[in-house]
Amino acid sequence: MTEEIGLNHYLLLGAVLFVCGALCMATKRNAIGVLMGVELVLNGANVNFVALARFNPAFEVEGQVFAVFVIVMAAAEAAIALAIVLNFYNNHLSVDVDTAEELKG
Amino acid sequence: MSLHAFLFYVVAGLTGLSAIAVVVTQNIVRSAAFLLFALAGTAGVFFLLGADFVGATQLLVYVGGVLVLVVFGVMLTAQEPFVSMKTGAAEWVVAAVVGLLLYAAIAVSVLIDPVVKPVELQKAGAQTAPTPEASRSTEVLGEAFLGLQEATPKQYKDGSPIKVTGIPPERAPKRTPMGYLLPFEIVSVHLLVVLIGAAYLARAKRRRGAST
Amino acid sequence: MTESLSNLLGPEIGPLTAAVIKAILLVSLVAGSAVFCIWLERKVSGRIQDRLGPTRVGGKFGWLQGIADGIKLLVKEDVIPAAADQMLFRIAPYIAFSGAFLAFLALPFADGWAAVSMNVAVFFMLAVLSTEVFGVILAGYGSGSKWSLFGGMREAAQVVSYEVPRALSVLIPVIVAGTLNLSDFARVPEGTPWYESRSLFWNWYLFHDPWTFCAFLTFFTCGTASCKRAPFDLAEAESELVAGFHTEYSGLRWSFFFMAEYGSMFAISGIATLLFLGGWHVGIFPNDFGNWLGAAGNVINVIVFIFKCWLLVFVMIWVRWTLPRLRIDQVMMMCIKYLLPITCVLLLLISLWQMAVSVWPALLYVKYLMAGACVAFVLAVIVKLITTRHTLPVAGSAPVWRSPQSMVRSS
Repeated sequence: MTEEIGLNHYLLLGAVLFVCGALCMATKRNAIGVLMGVELVLNGANVNFVALARFNPAFEVEGQVFAVFVIVMAAAEAAIALAIVLNFYNNHLSVDVDTAEELKG
Repeated sequence: MSLHAFLFYVVAGLTGLSAIAVVVTQNIVRSAAFLLFALAGTAGVFFLLGADFVGATQLLVYVGGVLVLVVFGVMLTAQEPFVSMKTGAAEWVVAAVVGLLLYAAIAVSVLIDPVVKPVELQKAGAQTAPTPEASRSTEVLGEAFLGLQEATPKQYKDGSPIKVTGIPPERAPKRTPMGYLLPFEIVSVHLLVVLIGAAYLARAKRRRGAST
Repeated sequence: MTESLSNLLGPEIGPLTAAVIKAILLVSLVAGSAVFCIWLERKVSGRIQDRLGPTRVGGKFGWLQGIADGIKLLVKEDVIPAAADQMLFRIAPYIAFSGAFLAFLALPFADGWAAVSMNVAVFFMLAVLSTEVFGVILAGYGSGSKWSLFGGMREAAQVVSYEVPRALSVLIPVIVAGTLNLSDFARVPEGTPWYESRSLFWNWYLFHDPWTFCAFLTFFTCGTASCKRAPFDLAEAESELVAGFHTEYSGLRWSFFFMAEYGSMFAISGIATLLFLGGWHVGIFPNDFGNWLGAAGNVINVIVFIFKCWLLVFVMIWVRWTLPRLRIDQVMMMCIKYLLPITCVLLLLISLWQMAVSVWPALLYVKYLMAGACVAFVLAVIVKLITTRHTLPVAGSAPVWRSPQSMVRSS
């Protein structure tokens, strides 16, 4: 049943997610768009973790355990990033990352 | 093409296209909607890989938690000129080139001959593929959290043990049963502290610079 | 079913055919439930408000009212506001409906008779039901009107907040049962003595100990709130927000939201039935009908299960038309200041109970006490209802309004 879809397929899918996330972080001017890129990168890494957990029996458990850890930590990081963005918006009335070029305030 | 392969291509295609759409879309709310599809597609990929618990966690935490948070952030900081911030044409070309180069680099490193032959991994993976009804991923995860290990290690159908890592057996470190409950508790308390800090940081303050 | 079809049709077409058949059955159940619930809601609300409800369409009791409403919605003009975000406006109903419908994948209607009987069934159902909120948010934003946006944001905050005590309330019977697999909550394995069998009502997790009893009440409350039903239905508060997030939706798109709401009500009732109320068992027979009669017994189980779910949906409808609506700050206060601490304390108490049971096995007999107390209470209520003498109002008793002469005299 699984002879056709191998580890490489899942790793390439993880790579697609990673590259899209990195591009999102690089090109978006909206700070929340950058945050979406971070989520995509973390999801790409998670796909890699779980795929290797499935195809390499030595990591059957660790892959899934670390995927759960990554999900929890990504939630924490998204919350704090949004709090920072909200603070920035309250001070500068804009979420354009190009305007965040001063250390003051 | 088998049903599993067809499902994989559909789900992976949806996920990949949604991820690309997140980058391409100019409207921030639309890119949040495409991010929803990408995250839900990733959860589907987890279910296809037999990781039920991780897939359900992904849906609950990412889609039901993080994405709602992101959309609330978008709504709270939306202003007319910034809901669609335009990226210039030259930036698009550079981004596309860099993206393709990065993807090529990763794909090459995935596809060249690795230490552990893909054929061996494929064989091991086919041996351990369970049906969704018989999947014991939750029990295995629970036992791993408590530090319990299988008494009899897994075997191929002919009786040889499945031990596929990149390390030759004589140099493999001795595996001590490690419970993952303590790291999980640390991560949970970390999440609680971070959320309290974020709620404090984002509390309503007087807006400086507003027209009076 | 999958195995028999796979043997019949081959390893590729068999699972596909089984999946298609299960999907057709589930869609017809959800759509049929929605049509039935339209009629039920209008009849029940009518009776509670001292009127009759639909009586014209399809006979004396208005049986076909639901179908008439459905046909009306199908032929309505499809209007999209000019200020709406075209893509988001269109996909929002489908996201909401698919969130509610996916939950039915893991819901077992009889022992093993789920579309996909997963080992993480209840976790999967809760996770998928929580994706419905995104359809609400996109609908609120995509409509391009401030009423929809306010309704959608209040709605999303409410639903997301109530997911936490809902999940904690689900954890409580899961700790007692030791499994996330919904079929295991009501399964009667071979070799259990007849008084221990899950098919008898005193073995249901509702009566297992006082904490699961309270957990049922908190789960039902949180489930009602997360389905956006009254008294927590600010999203559709007609007196305040026109219709909240689905103000700009009409016709078939609105009916998708409607089916999503009734679908999630049915799914929440299904989880409550399986976790607390013994699933597909009637409660007075010492064994499962599936064990006695095979597939025919499982069909009886399915009918009993659906009937129990509809009973809980009826309770939700009853509550909606009885209690007044809560304000948004009251809703959030109830979640964060009352339900969340209550469910956390219940979680702590059930964990202590499970540890205490290993020390004092006599605690296992508390279920007989609780079941007996509940049966005695129900019997007492019925007896009181039957034996109370109803007195008809006497003409000439104290008037509600003062007579006009007395009003003039007092000025």
